[in-house]
Amino acid sequence: MNGWDLILVLLAAGGVAWLAERFNVNAPRWISLVVLIVATFLVAGMWLGGADASGLYDQVEMAWIPRFGISVLLYMDGLSLMLVGLTVLLGVVAVVASWSEIKERHGFFQANLLWTLAGVVGVFTAMDLFLFFVFWEVMLVPMYFLIAIWGHENRGYAAMKFFLFTQVSGLLLLLAILTLVYVHYMGSGVITFSYRDLLGTQMDGTLAFYLMLGFFVAFVVKLPGVPLHTWLPDAHTQAPTAGSVILAGILLKTGAYGLIRFVVPLFPEAALEFRWPAMLLGAISVVYGGYMAYSQSDFKRLVAYSSISHMGFVLLGVFAWNMLALQGAVVQMIAHGFSSAALFMLAGALQQRLHTREMGEMGGLWQRAPRMGVVALFFVVASLGMPGLGTFVGEFLVLLGAFQVDIVLTAVAAIGIIVAAVYSLSLMQRSFQGGVSPNTEGISDFGARELSVMVLMALALVALGVYPAPVLELSEPVVTGLGVNP
Amino acid sequence: MTVGDLWVLAPYVIVTAGKLVHLLAVSFWRTPGVSLWTAVAVLVAGVVGLAVEAPEPSEILTGFMVVDGLTTFFNGLALVAALATAVFARTYLAGRSGEAEEFYILLVVATLGAMTMGAANHFAALLLGLEILSVSLYVLIGYPEEGHPPLEAALKYLVLSGVASTTMLFGIALVYMELGTLRFDAIGDPAGWSAITVLGHAMMIAGIAFKLSLAPFHMWTPDVYQGAPAPVTGYLATVSKGAMVIVITRYAVSTDLFSSDSAFNILLVLAVLSMIGGNVLALLQTNIKRLLAYSSIAHVGYLMIALAALARIASPDVAVETVLMYLAAYFAMSLAAFGAVSILSSSEASRDADHIDDLEGLFWRQPLASVVLTVSMLALAGIPLTMGFMAKFYVITTGVEGALWLLVWSLVIGSAIAIYYYLRVVIVMTRPAKEMVYPQNDAASLELTALTALGVTIMVFGIYPTPLITLVRTLLGLA
Repeated sequence: MNGWDLILVLLAAGGVAWLAERFNVNAPRWISLVVLIVATFLVAGMWLGGADASGLYDQVEMAWIPRFGISVLLYMDGLSLMLVGLTVLLGVVAVVASWSEIKERHGFFQANLLWTLAGVVGVFTAMDLFLFFVFWEVMLVPMYFLIAIWGHENRGYAAMKFFLFTQVSGLLLLLAILTLVYVHYMGSGVITFSYRDLLGTQMDGTLAFYLMLGFFVAFVVKLPGVPLHTWLPDAHTQAPTAGSVILAGILLKTGAYGLIRFVVPLFPEAALEFRWPAMLLGAISVVYGGYMAYSQSDFKRLVAYSSISHMGFVLLGVFAWNMLALQGAVVQMIAHGFSSAALFMLAGALQQRLHTREMGEMGGLWQRAPRMGVVALFFVVASLGMPGLGTFVGEFLVLLGAFQVDIVLTAVAAIGIIVAAVYSLSLMQRSFQGGVSPNTEGISDFGARELSVMVLMALALVALGVYPAPVLELSEPVVTGLGVNP
Repeated sequence: MTVGDLWVLAPYVIVTAGKLVHLLAVSFWRTPGVSLWTAVAVLVAGVVGLAVEAPEPSEILTGFMVVDGLTTFFNGLALVAALATAVFARTYLAGRSGEAEEFYILLVVATLGAMTMGAANHFAALLLGLEILSVSLYVLIGYPEEGHPPLEAALKYLVLSGVASTTMLFGIALVYMELGTLRFDAIGDPAGWSAITVLGHAMMIAGIAFKLSLAPFHMWTPDVYQGAPAPVTGYLATVSKGAMVIVITRYAVSTDLFSSDSAFNILLVLAVLSMIGGNVLALLQTNIKRLLAYSSIAHVGYLMIALAALARIASPDVAVETVLMYLAAYFAMSLAAFGAVSILSSSEASRDADHIDDLEGLFWRQPLASVVLTVSMLALAGIPLTMGFMAKFYVITTGVEGALWLLVWSLVIGSAIAIYYYLRVVIVMTRPAKEMVYPQNDAASLELTALTALGVTIMVFGIYPTPLITLVRTLLGLA
């Protein structure tokens, strides 16, 4: 079992799940669940198995399109392994979250879910720029279907907007990749898309800057950073619960991953030149996302905007480009994966029970559904950066690292933590406390199914907050290898 | 010319002889079935003929025709496209009144014309092929007996195409007057051209641009595409355009046409206008055939990047390779799209199921057809793992190599706009089905098989394009 097999298994399982619906309407979700749980264990096994001398847990190399020096290169290093683990684990969460929400076309739904995950695993492991681009684009198509078919009232608009933003920025990425390959070809006479060969390509400073910008825009759209974030609130709000979980938990991480893996290592000088504007965008995202989150009355939209705020820290950390900040960004990616997935799952559970996402129509839920209340409180507190939980470690490290680079921007971003407390607690207050709303009559509390994954994610956040060393150790050699400043 | 040369011409001999048999067969047994299956047999024999005698590159026959890799590859595409058209036309015509026998005869004749254009190395061969193709198309477009739109489309195409041919002919006459030759390979490069020769070429390019429906010579395209029966529209979009692409490619390679600044600038304007204009106008359409018409305008615009690169990159062969790869993808995508529309329209209905609302809920009503239509839409939009992406990849690579930044940026902007309207088609299909918008039909399995084969081709060569690349490069003598 390696990364390539994992992708193929997910793709095949998607096909099987689709067909299985003919025989048994429950079969598709069981297939997905079992496959993803097994995959989680396999990734864990890969981790426990340890890395080889070059820091790789697994590698695959195959010729694909020799005409253009394109091969299937999949390398699983510490960073990739961690993110692939997050992907399959949140895949399990997504399946559980949508267990009873999806009422029709179960097979096609699970197929799209598994195909999206396969694409994401590919993005996190591909070391050939062409292959990376293929996965980058292809993972969007099933995601698009998830939103367009099973989404809420305004799904067509949201799905279209999501696809347009990411595809258009993808075109810029493609153009930048091809130009980079051509410049490398002119210099070396070898046509190749291999990431390792393209590192250190000599080029004119201005050209490097534009190419860097092409990569940057593609990844910041996905992250998302202000001002390229406008697709996110719509897509997250309209997507079915599983779609939101995957979007927030995993897909946003592909943007962050791209910044870490490609933008800075491929164009170190240009990225350094662009450091201040990029960090500024990060700081603005943190504050603006928080501010917008506070102004929402829609539960899901609030969580969506909070994602923009949290991912702003990642942007800040990546462009600070020192060990502390980068490690912080990585922890933040993992922590946000769990906390946002949990909050979206909660939002989905509420919508399924109350048929509304408006917090004005909630209120006093704690009394009616205490288990939901406890879960909500935990993840709200995690989201506002309570020490002892993962988000705190991530944001603290980012701020610590960024402080060494730019004091003013760090101070601005730090305000974001206060804003986070304001919107998070207001979310809690408006929906779970206060007078009991008549709408919440007879609401059913979390059952064992939902509770079990929530506890799983809560434990992950506690572990990350109390003892982040395993994550830091996994990413450290990778980050060092990328040429980070000490 | 020797007997041996006839072997090189095997596909032409086979299709011509087969067509005579076809005519006789139809005179004796007047049933659509006989006509269809004879046509299929002739076309398949033609494809076999391509394989039997894979020609040496650049066999020139009396200067009139050239059978080289370019010709062979295009002939293959044209024959397969004609086969697909014949299959899609079967139930389409069966559901409509009138006799279907002549349809298949005309289809084979038109294909012969296109194949002649594909081999043309002489203006006379070009005109011969072009007229065989066009005259057959006039009839094919207006073939259905009932209904106003096909007749209107046929008449429009007749008049405008006639004007375009005449313009081109005038241009050819001017060139002949100045240079005294009609052979492509004897025209020579543009360095020493007089003003009249340049004018002649401008007129020729205008005529060619009409046939390729490059903006601003595209006005006829949406109306004709909409009015023509769906299978014929697919044929018109692929074979008729593809033949002209091969002609201009061969001409540009022989004469190094685009090393002339004026010709290059004309091409630049045509390409940019087509890419941007085609995509923007496609946004406004609610009729799928019109939408695909504008999309085809844009796609030929993308293809022009490869031609513009001919004079700007180190090895022009790479540009020719790009042209062929793009054509292959464009053929598969367009045939799949129009094939799906044909299948949906193969009912008793007097009109085609070509309004976008006709597709509502298609995913749940006709899963196979809608999956292939989705694949072709994604391919036309250039999403990876489809041939459409490989085509776009090739074009951008060639454009970057030739430093044709204006064109490459137009392509990027055009494709960005295009995603919206291609996806709209997909979105409509995923909507829940309302009332039956048009009579349900059970598409015959033959049509669905052909459609599925096209969809699979788009995916397989999108995922693993190496065999196709190797074929193209072998035919061009590059590998």
